[in-house]
Amino acid sequence: MHELGITHEILEIVLRYARRHRVTQVSKVLLEIGELSDLEQEWIQHYFDAISRGSVAEGARIEVKKLPCRFFCRQCGNEFVTTLTNDEPLICYGCGSEAVEMISGSEYTVKSMEAT
Amino acid sequence: MREVRLIQIEEDIQADNRLEAEKVRRRLEEAGTFMLNLMSSPGSGKTSLILKTIEAVQSMRTPAIGMAVIEADMDSQVDAETILDAGVPAVQLRTGGFCHVDSYMVAKTLPSLDLEPIDLLILENVGNLICPAQSDTGANSNVMILSVPEGDDKPLKYPLMFRECEALVVNKSDYLQMGDFDMDSLRRRAKKLNPEIEIFEVSCKTGAGVQQWAEWLLRKIGR
Repeated sequence: MHELGITHEILEIVLRYARRHRVTQVSKVLLEIGELSDLEQEWIQHYFDAISRGSVAEGARIEVKKLPCRFFCRQCGNEFVTTLTNDEPLICYGCGSEAVEMISGSEYTVKSMEAT
Repeated sequence: MREVRLIQIEEDIQADNRLEAEKVRRRLEEAGTFMLNLMSSPGSGKTSLILKTIEAVQSMRTPAIGMAVIEADMDSQVDAETILDAGVPAVQLRTGGFCHVDSYMVAKTLPSLDLEPIDLLILENVGNLICPAQSDTGANSNVMILSVPEGDDKPLKYPLMFRECEALVVNKSDYLQMGDFDMDSLRRRAKKLNPEIEIFEVSCKTGAGVQQWAEWLLRKIGR
């Protein structure tokens, strides 16, 4: 059920941009989804096919790019990618500091589309 | 044949919902109402915690704290009736099978409540640790419940929920002696996802820890 509501929002954004750019056919939609956000590509595609019927987005392929959890170290300025869902302590790979902050990993974005 | 164009979009999928959520927060602020979004799996004790919270909050402050509850249930009215029996206004938000509450649903429900006398409005979200975490409801604070029988590994499986909540109520603490739930592991895992998260060990059955939780909540609403 979650994916259906989300797909409606995605389609709305896509159609808004399609109108703005006078598009006749959308062929691909790229989503950027952070590792922490939950979204199943298969279901998004399935719902998108159903609700985009008859629009310029009909038949468009949904591509999901998963973005990992990326951190910034306030101590040494290092940037690193790690996973939050394990029992390893969360420390900077460079200096071992705990003063780190997440800079990406919870995205939920329509990034771009390909269209004619 | 026309050339394929790459059109940059860069739009947050939930931008519209977030805008609506801001509107909800403005309306709540005008009325002086604090809204708490309470989330958990089914059966971890949302309704029980609400009942215990009503009891504790009412006994701890005079003049009394005005309270109300929005019950988002798939389709039954059982929970709303339980809350009404406790003497607190409760409205049913029918999600129509939807897996979580969004800000539009809250915006549609608010007019059925007289917000003026309400200091604390509790939204009992749909029982689910995945979808509700993704959606801003317009609440001032997100809180989750994890009950001991669900296990200490849940932060590893539902990371976003733990990140999005200000407080974690570990309910059914009376079960701690019975299983292999490791409180330290849970704390470590939850804090890794969200270093700021406040953790309360509570048993709605025995009443243990309810006082500390209610104190925190009262501080949040400025009472």
